[in-house]
Amino acid sequence: MPITKHSETLLKAENLSWVKKNKPILQGINFSLVPSEHVGLIGPNGSGKSSLLKILSFLETPTSGRLTFQGGNVPRPIPLALRRKIAVVFQEPLLFDASVQENVATGLTIRGLHRKQTRRRVQEWLERFGISHLSKQHARSLSGGEAQRVSLARAFVLEPDIIFLDEPFSALDAPAKEALVADLASIFAKAQTTAVLISHDFNDILRLTERTVILLDGKVAAEGSPSELLHFPESHPIGKFMAHWQKA
Amino acid sequence: MELIWQGITAALQLLITGDAEVIGITLLTLQVSGTATFISLILGIPLGTFLALKQFPGRRFVLSLVNTGMGMPPVVVGLWVSIMLWRSGPLGFLNIMYTPTAIIMAQAIIAAPVVVALTSAAIQQTNPKLRLQIRALGASNFQYLWLILKEVRFSLLAAVIAGFGAVVSEVGASMAVGGNIKGYSRVLTTATVLEVSKGNFDIAIALSIILSLLAYLVTLALTLFQQKRQGE
Repeated sequence: MPITKHSETLLKAENLSWVKKNKPILQGINFSLVPSEHVGLIGPNGSGKSSLLKILSFLETPTSGRLTFQGGNVPRPIPLALRRKIAVVFQEPLLFDASVQENVATGLTIRGLHRKQTRRRVQEWLERFGISHLSKQHARSLSGGEAQRVSLARAFVLEPDIIFLDEPFSALDAPAKEALVADLASIFAKAQTTAVLISHDFNDILRLTERTVILLDGKVAAEGSPSELLHFPESHPIGKFMAHWQKA
Repeated sequence: MELIWQGITAALQLLITGDAEVIGITLLTLQVSGTATFISLILGIPLGTFLALKQFPGRRFVLSLVNTGMGMPPVVVGLWVSIMLWRSGPLGFLNIMYTPTAIIMAQAIIAAPVVVALTSAAIQQTNPKLRLQIRALGASNFQYLWLILKEVRFSLLAAVIAGFGAVVSEVGASMAVGGNIKGYSRVLTTATVLEVSKGNFDIAIALSIILSLLAYLVTLALTLFQQKRQGE
């Protein structure tokens, strides 16, 4: 039986709005994600990127609109089982006061995975991020780049259906960032991960994503390939943002 | 000066000879204050966590009450617990006035605000983004609380030290609800007060040295444990 376009969609948001403290943060958002797709989410500061990420990653519930996951409606409150299909990496590494190994194992431990399996998967992802030599080290003793690698490994080890990355490289220096972006590009290619990336760096978006969504004032202003949006902006505000953004 | 020297000599004598009464009082002190601290943790950690994480009207007022409770004079607690446990009081039917249980109850009430306030302060100091990260890792409500408490475990140990320190050194409540009954509800602080009132300064000094040593050793053990874990 042929698979319809609808069932291929992993996550879909229809007419989503979010009002916080009487202030509209997101308005009429339509967004969809298919498996193994890498989508860039860009926009100026305060455009609602992180808010949208929180809603799409089930950390916040929208005020109105419809959210579907694997074709089914996302109920409210969002069940734990559904939340566990998603992983999020934030700008700061936000590591626990524990060893690297314990940090990376946390998500698997709370899912009740067997200790042996946990150890095997943790080791595998520590190796993929090139930090297996740090496994016994305390998280507080790591450099910024190492800490962010641990944070990424902690999310990827869960092997989630979707991984959300909220400006994960912005706190890193240029060499650390360059190495991490290269590793992440390779992981994306091998692991068939579905990912949404927020970044302020045009090169990150170009290297890691195939489709870009621009948010302006809490609304989806445009979407397409990064180069399409750069060279053929649909409107003056988009052109202005893209020109400014590319320079930045 | 001679008095102090006599006191120290008497203390050493009591310790070396293993005076049965002093050992009994010391063990009872340890048992009563240890149990009271444990009860204050059972009550104080969940309440402190709730106050730190839950937003509700009047939360700041409750926090200010808890902070005031940290400085509550033990004798005031002793008075109110006595009223409650008195034969005609609301808890008189328990029949525990002038027993070690009554002292435990009063001391738990003294230590609880310390534990609540320190737990609440420790949790409030954690990065709110870390709390969001815990949710993002797929933690259930219980796992969420567990991971937060694990993150502030060293501050919680400080709450244990402060709570134990507050109760092992108090005298007002123990005297009021325990009655200082020889061989039954006499603890180191009440015994010291009694010896001072009798003019037996040497024994009083001896008891005070034992009390200080006890407080120091327990605190030292907890501090060493805290610092060892922090250094891991």
